[in-house]
Amino acid sequence: MTTQQAAPASAGTEQEAWIGRRLPRVEDDRLLRGNGRYADDLGLPGTLELAFLRSPHAHARITSLGTEAAARLPGVHAIWTGEDTAALPPLLNRAELAVPAGLQEALDPLVRALPMPLLAGEKVTFVGQPVALVAADSRYLAEDALELIDVEYEPLDVVVDPEAALRPDSPRVEESWDDNVALALDTTVGDPQAAFAEAACVVEEEFRAHRYVASPIEPRGITAAPGGYDGRLTVWSSHQTPHRVRDTVAGTLGLDPEQVRVIATDVGGGFGQKGVLYVEDLLVPFAAHRSGRPVSWREDRNENLTGTAHAREQTHRISLAADAEGRLLGLRDEILVNFGATTITGLVVPYNSLCHLLGPYRVPHVHIDVKAVLTNTTYTAPYRGAGRPEAVFAMERAMDRLAAKLGIEPAELRARNLIPPEAMPYRTGLVDRAGNPQEYDSGDFPELLRRAVDRIDVPAVRERQRAGEREGHRVGVGFAVYLEATGLGPFESARVQLRRNGRVGLYLGTPSQGQGHRTSMAQIAADALGVPPSVVDVVGGDTDAVPFGVGTIASRALVTAGNATHRAGRLLREKILNSASARLGTPADELTVVDGVVLPLKSADEGAGSEAPEGLPLAALVNSPMTVPDGLGADLSETAHFRPPGFTFAAGAHAVVVDVDTRTGEVEIERYVVVHDAGRIVNPMIAEAQVTGGVAQGIGGALYEEMAYGPDGQPVTTTYMDYLLPTSSEIPDLELDETHTHSTLNDLGVKGLGEGGAIAPQAVISNAVEDALRPYGAVVRRGPLTPHRVRALIRESAGERGEAERPAVPTA
Amino acid sequence: MKPAPFDYVAPGTLPEALRFLADEEREVKVLAGGQSLVPMLNMRLARPELLVDITRIPELRTLDVEGDGALRIGAGVRQAAVAVDPAVSAGWPLLTEAIGHIGHPQIRNRGTVCGSLVHHDPAAELPTAALALDARFDLSGPAGTRTVDADDFFLSTFLTALEADEIVTSVRFAAQPHRTGWSFEELARRRGDFAAIGVAVLLTRAEAGGVDRARVVFCAAGSRPLRLPEAEDALLAAEGPERLDDAFAAAGAAARARLDPPSDVHADAEWRREAAEILLVRACNRAWERTR
Amino acid sequence: MTDTTEARPDPLPSAAPPLSEPSSWHELHLTVNGRPIRAQVESRLLLSDFLRARLSLTGTHVGCEHGVCGACTVLVDGEPVRSCLTLAVACEGASLRTVESLADEEGQLTDVQRAFHEQHAMQCGFCTAGFVMSCTAMVEAPERPAEDEVADQLSGHLCRCTGYRNIRAAVEQVLDDRYGKAGEEK
Repeated sequence: MTTQQAAPASAGTEQEAWIGRRLPRVEDDRLLRGNGRYADDLGLPGTLELAFLRSPHAHARITSLGTEAAARLPGVHAIWTGEDTAALPPLLNRAELAVPAGLQEALDPLVRALPMPLLAGEKVTFVGQPVALVAADSRYLAEDALELIDVEYEPLDVVVDPEAALRPDSPRVEESWDDNVALALDTTVGDPQAAFAEAACVVEEEFRAHRYVASPIEPRGITAAPGGYDGRLTVWSSHQTPHRVRDTVAGTLGLDPEQVRVIATDVGGGFGQKGVLYVEDLLVPFAAHRSGRPVSWREDRNENLTGTAHAREQTHRISLAADAEGRLLGLRDEILVNFGATTITGLVVPYNSLCHLLGPYRVPHVHIDVKAVLTNTTYTAPYRGAGRPEAVFAMERAMDRLAAKLGIEPAELRARNLIPPEAMPYRTGLVDRAGNPQEYDSGDFPELLRRAVDRIDVPAVRERQRAGEREGHRVGVGFAVYLEATGLGPFESARVQLRRNGRVGLYLGTPSQGQGHRTSMAQIAADALGVPPSVVDVVGGDTDAVPFGVGTIASRALVTAGNATHRAGRLLREKILNSASARLGTPADELTVVDGVVLPLKSADEGAGSEAPEGLPLAALVNSPMTVPDGLGADLSETAHFRPPGFTFAAGAHAVVVDVDTRTGEVEIERYVVVHDAGRIVNPMIAEAQVTGGVAQGIGGALYEEMAYGPDGQPVTTTYMDYLLPTSSEIPDLELDETHTHSTLNDLGVKGLGEGGAIAPQAVISNAVEDALRPYGAVVRRGPLTPHRVRALIRESAGERGEAERPAVPTA
Repeated sequence: MKPAPFDYVAPGTLPEALRFLADEEREVKVLAGGQSLVPMLNMRLARPELLVDITRIPELRTLDVEGDGALRIGAGVRQAAVAVDPAVSAGWPLLTEAIGHIGHPQIRNRGTVCGSLVHHDPAAELPTAALALDARFDLSGPAGTRTVDADDFFLSTFLTALEADEIVTSVRFAAQPHRTGWSFEELARRRGDFAAIGVAVLLTRAEAGGVDRARVVFCAAGSRPLRLPEAEDALLAAEGPERLDDAFAAAGAAARARLDPPSDVHADAEWRREAAEILLVRACNRAWERTR
Repeated sequence: MTDTTEARPDPLPSAAPPLSEPSSWHELHLTVNGRPIRAQVESRLLLSDFLRARLSLTGTHVGCEHGVCGACTVLVDGEPVRSCLTLAVACEGASLRTVESLADEEGQLTDVQRAFHEQHAMQCGFCTAGFVMSCTAMVEAPERPAEDEVADQLSGHLCRCTGYRNIRAAVEQVLDDRYGKAGEEK
């Protein structure tokens, strides 16, 4: 592994850096003992348990709704329906739906916002939509009551397929609109028409990214308690963005945001699904507010699979134009996104797809057209990768089609088109999600690909293909290279405080859903302050701990909260040195902090072994407010904000070898190589595990997982028996490698890496399967590559066998 | 996802259990391991008013080889116990192999053999193995006891010949002929899933070298375990070891031609037919190797 | 946990447990983590809810309630079992162990727990107790379980965070420590 930038931006240059070390996680101990406190573990006295009545219809008018029988059931305390919530403001994810000024100016997109009623009013538009809410002594009783609620529905015509939703005669999901188009925009770079006209080679294909879901093992959970000693409403929520929850809950209930406290303590995985506001996030606090009792809702798996955001469903009609050597001249893509029944996050996913399509390649002429439509399916929202896996699937599949047409090795075609490191920073000509000219800050994409190619050993696979495998088997090799804009703004803040016991409190707006922030953020604070990380206590996700925050989404926590931590730590260090200076009578610039002790620089340089130098332990500083000079104040704490100047680009190259059983269609991953670059790595152990976990989710999407709908709008994979998450037996050991091109956009040099692993698997596995099926001329256009789908590919292409038998191995 | 209310009793004797089952006022269901029933309770797809837990009845908790050499598995016996029983793996290895395909150890620790048979999911392994092994079901009811052959027991999906007031007290498997080889092959989407398609094969090698007796039963190919006489005939036609491959291929082809499996989200009918052929040939080869 | 022999009272101290089917309450006697428990339970109460809501043993998590994810796995008479597919009332007389029982009296973690920490075999921690309980039962066998048996146990649990690589490494570490490396005598 090489580090491609010499000087790390480490603050604690006087001592060994904590950043970069494989520190074991401090969060594990309590979780291993069963002492975690997830949102459903609180057991507050007097808690009412909640259950939602959800629509069984994809599209229907509610003609009557009777709750009398349910309300009479012993143990039932309250039932709320759409009538009770009609006066409350409907749900709008304002932050996600906003169109940045630069983007508005450059592209003038059509972005329609459809507010979602908290409980369905006159009609329902997808299976799983909340219709009524019951509060009872237990979840058992609440579910009993659901069965006694009497709803009559008048079914309406249903639209499920996004292509069908575009037709003029399609049923309309939102009747006040004149069509189902929720978003439309297009962008042009250069002169694509001319580029395609001149091109020696053009490929045009349609690829479909199928719908699959985040599916954290902990479904969502919310406990809310009104009153308490301070009269405020406290909400414990398994959410990735507690500050947004706080502000929106307050807005919905007509409270001052300071009257609401949101705590996202232990969260059992999020992956984006818990990063979006849902009606339940508002209805549970509403129930507490109205009933005056603590209430608790734990989503069950069926609710999670049907009523909580789905993801990924997109169609790409993509064309590539290239010269005879395979150098890309132009790209055209028409993207159609299935939003489901509402516009929950607006531009986020479609625009992410748009501005990640070109990826690491130099493409001079571009036209991309994006539409998103409403259908009578569960709304779709960001899920680990958030539009990038879809774009990479389309682009990387198209690259392989181009390679096949030109007879070039797919890896070689990629190498010919990668943007070289000397071209950094590189402008694509597109406008980024924040409305600025899209600029890649840094990266060495050719090196990533080179390593992946070397490791996977393409010639060996080609030789096996020539020699032939055991009967009924074929091997294939595939590649995918991708970029990820990470470190989404607008800001994150951090507060550091030196406590009386000499420990340091670090308070962040970014909760952890398993990413290990209590360890990695402590490493950053330790370097900034000159203390060991073992004395840093990280609190993320309590709105009382820091006044502002955005949250842990979009591969941003390390970049934004990490740099805010670094800044706050440096500021506090200054404060400490000034304070100590007065105590020791030494100028502040002649002091330093080593291992939690303030020392004169001179003695620190002499190092260990010498006599114990005159030092001032940090605890002593806090413990002596009486001696703090006038004007400096006794509180040793600092708050810092970090506003990233732009996106910092992480990147990766994946390569796999698959074995396809051509008789049964089973796909086995023989080898899976990942080379990733997320800049400077704070904790390699955690970083590698983030990548590994992301890849596993991508393998799930590539081979096993699909959220399927019938033509009537009924979801058909609504349990874990039908929605198939991969188990240990389905996920191979990965071969990991990494490079470290530090970000140029922040002091720490870090880039985000939470999502990266999940971006390429569908593309790379599809490429490898198609490579294996080359003799059949099969083209992989959609996933997941289940055995029956692979067999269908072979059968449908088998007609071409014989005369259309292509060379098994590219010639170049 | 919580069960609707029901009452629960755990009688200590069979007559007591039968008295509860005779309740005409309430819908009564038998609970053994619960690994099939409880998910349906949690989803409120099953709504019994009374559950009769039969795992406390001592006489149902025995597994023994009877005087005539038949294996008898009581209704309270867990799958995990059968899977490690040396008498079972010696005499009825098909059963051991089939249980290995069921779910995961955590499920088999609780689930019973009879429970899975009575639940009768057509994609489940045990009904298929039971039909292949010519199992016989011992039923007790208010009118006394009766015995039902496996072929008459499995009616259609989730439906068996068991009456509402009856209990399967045990299932019996006759001793297998000498020189019988076995194989249970299946393709599942993930490890531990129900079969997307599966087949149980028993082959008995004739003294002369051909096939004396053949059993071919598919799971996940219809609304009940499907025995395929056409495939069995093809196997019986093998005149000697030198013609075996042809016989296996013919059996496979028969499966592909004769089966009319369903399509669902995990596999379509065409794939199931193709895979059935491949699995059957594979299973025949393995079973034949084991006839020695 | 206190050392009384009674289950903690229901979280609603003022009222008796809410009834939905008056005939369906039963007195249950069992041992949980070495402690004898006597409690009134409704027939339909799942063991997972009994442990979490009635005994406040919230280390056992519930991820799917239909027996697939494995998060709720506990040991019933020494064997790993899905507590969401087990009725509390059916555990009369049984001896149960949950993740809270693993650490010893001095608070030392078991080798299985330590391995999950050392190999970074956990991220959000929600599925962890289930994996740890199944592995705990597995390594109590007198002989090293075969590779296939290990794979069988592990695939009875879903993890969405780790990609399983480090979980397999943790189990391998415990097996090597307890039984010697595969194929070697310890």
